[in-house]
Amino acid sequence: MSFFFQELVNGVTTGALYSLVALGFSMVYGVLKLLNFAHGDLYMVGAYIGFFVIQWFGGAQHLTIAVPLLLVIMFVLAAGLVGGLGVAIERFAYRPLRDAPRIAPLITAIGVSFFLESSALLLFGAQYRVYNTADFISLSSGIQIGSVTIDSVQILVLVLGVVLMAGLQLLVNRTRLGRQMRAVAADREAAEMLGINVNFVITATFFLGSALAGVAGIMGGLLFNQVTSTIGFIAGLKAFTAAVVGGIGSIPGAMLGGLVIGVAESFVTGYISSTYSNLIVFGILIVVMLLRPSGLLGRAQLQKV
Amino acid sequence: MSVDPQGPKVGADEWVARQTHRREYLPSWLGNAQRAGERIGWWPRLAIAGLAGLALPLLGLGGFQLQVGIDALVIALLAVGLNIVVGWAGLLDLGYVAFFGFGAYGFALLSSSQLGANGIHLPYWLSLPIVMIGAALLGLAVGLPSRRLLGDYLAIVTLFLGEAFVEFTNNVAPSKLGGPNGITGIDPIQAFGVQLVTNTSYYYLLVIVLVVTMAVLRLLEYSRTGRAWRAVREDPLAAAAMTIPVNRVKLSAFACAAMVAALAGTIFAAQQASVFPTDFDTPILILIYAGLILGGTGSIAGAATGALVVMVIYDGLLRSPAEASVLFYGLGLLTLLAKVRPWRRLGVVLAATVVLGFAAHAIAAAISSSAVATGPQSSGWLGDGLRDWVIVPANPQTAGNVGFVVLVCLAIALVQVKGRWQTILLVPTIYLAAFVWETRLVVEPSITRQLMIGAILIVMMIARPQGLLGQRRVEVAT
Repeated sequence: MSFFFQELVNGVTTGALYSLVALGFSMVYGVLKLLNFAHGDLYMVGAYIGFFVIQWFGGAQHLTIAVPLLLVIMFVLAAGLVGGLGVAIERFAYRPLRDAPRIAPLITAIGVSFFLESSALLLFGAQYRVYNTADFISLSSGIQIGSVTIDSVQILVLVLGVVLMAGLQLLVNRTRLGRQMRAVAADREAAEMLGINVNFVITATFFLGSALAGVAGIMGGLLFNQVTSTIGFIAGLKAFTAAVVGGIGSIPGAMLGGLVIGVAESFVTGYISSTYSNLIVFGILIVVMLLRPSGLLGRAQLQKV
Repeated sequence: MSVDPQGPKVGADEWVARQTHRREYLPSWLGNAQRAGERIGWWPRLAIAGLAGLALPLLGLGGFQLQVGIDALVIALLAVGLNIVVGWAGLLDLGYVAFFGFGAYGFALLSSSQLGANGIHLPYWLSLPIVMIGAALLGLAVGLPSRRLLGDYLAIVTLFLGEAFVEFTNNVAPSKLGGPNGITGIDPIQAFGVQLVTNTSYYYLLVIVLVVTMAVLRLLEYSRTGRAWRAVREDPLAAAAMTIPVNRVKLSAFACAAMVAALAGTIFAAQQASVFPTDFDTPILILIYAGLILGGTGSIAGAATGALVVMVIYDGLLRSPAEASVLFYGLGLLTLLAKVRPWRRLGVVLAATVVLGFAAHAIAAAISSSAVATGPQSSGWLGDGLRDWVIVPANPQTAGNVGFVVLVCLAIALVQVKGRWQTILLVPTIYLAAFVWETRLVVEPSITRQLMIGAILIVMMIARPQGLLGQRRVEVAT
């Protein structure tokens, strides 16, 4: 039974990470109705930023500053830079195509993803970069409940994930910007007629969503230790699955979807075999799509004539 | 009732949509030549292109050029098939490459020692129909979600099916499918006592198969089914109201595309004599899409031409630094010629770029000789010409990386500013592009190739979404 709970804890942790990536993906889909295939690559960029921050301060073994300060710098820098990158991508690649046929921005998104991936390969090389988390965060100083351990990195990921998701929920539901976002998501033209600065709202959405992906990238680096230019593709796929399983465009849906995918993956790896984990995650997606095309928490779309 | 393809199109909006196309004719006699070219019918053009393709090896192609031609033809065949489902039926199928893989793996299993004690070694006339029918059935199964999934959802589900194929061949039944090591020792194509062994014979086979497929698809395009596909693409609801069985029409598009992909897969597997899971991964999908989009979705000739152009650039030219450099500077110059108007402004930009280069080189050389220690990485006459113009410091790796990041930022800034500032900003951007190319990109062709394909996709979508040979469509706002 303790194995079950241990796998559950691991699954919830990775699920929190997937949820953060899925949130940005879902928000962008909400306001632009665009599947941002480049979103996973923003996660990869975030992970690289974390790695270079660690290197900048002396590397994992010989850190020159306190660990909490290092973590703060990593998360703030990744959120800011990746958020800015997301905004740049929107202005450069997606804005010119806002009124083009639906297929054009989708294909541009694939192009952007390809571009980011090859750029990272060119700039940072093909080798795996390693965080060496265990050298500066003591993994044993976690919580022990019976025979189930929650190590300190997992606690960090869970707490930060919950705080960010709660903050986003507040932002979307309680603030002026959140109300504008929901208005743009519901009907862009009507929102524009009511005096909402649609361009600003879309830019803000891209910034928030990309910043979340950047933060998730650092979490991924801390959890899985390895960073390379292709991690974005798999993370992106998982996030798509999470967003779609939960109901695309729905924020609670993205959180739920991330947890479902994370836990399912963890159980498949623990009880069956790690080689089949991706296949089974894809299988879940296809079954959910066939049974509930609008996702677990999504609302069925009405087709307007 | 049949619709005459050359006749007047129903609805005035398409005519209006093509107004810009008519205005884009080149001036004077060039425009007349262009119009005369357009007056040649579709069928004579296909015949001319096919004969040219068959005559090409007579010029004496080397082994490498022949291989590039074969790869390009395979991708062209795939792009023509993808056009059915994306261009005509308007369904974004991101799992298309799985059908290519299915065809290749199916043929590999039926023509190797992989299954059973002695293996199965079927002749091609038997294995081809089996594989194609299997692919069509798989296409129907994949198309099933499209009954309920609209637009983007379908794209995601098919993307996952494509990924699932790679995972499947990598992990399931390694003794039969070979896992990451793939299947090797596949028989060549053999039918009626003839065996295709040489690359030349595969080249001829592919040209013939491509021409025949294009001809069949042309007939299909203006058939009842073809018109139904396009009707469903334009407006499924209206099509349903006109008694078109929307779901069945979508499924048939999936099945047809799958059959073409499987056909390409069998020839690919036979020519390579081996198949690996990585042959059917996302990069190939992106190449097929790049070709289709460059040529123009919805046009058979466009899909084939675009794919051939993309593959010749990707596989042929971008591999060797010398040819890649000529292509890079040539394309850059052409883009400037086409986009920078009027002539005076173009002249100013070019002159300023040249002066900036020599000045920067002279200043850098005066400050420190290590700043210009390494010559340009392009070789031949191009490298000699650039020697005193481009700065290549002693440590090109780091400088090139910094330059690359700055270049991307400059390019983004360039599309945001207008007027005089754009002209001023254009000069350092061009010079920086040459700098990054000489220091970094030209020596890493494997990465540069992918970078260029990604960039081509983005630029093409923004500059000319309908592609080179495609026609601008009117999309009804929803």
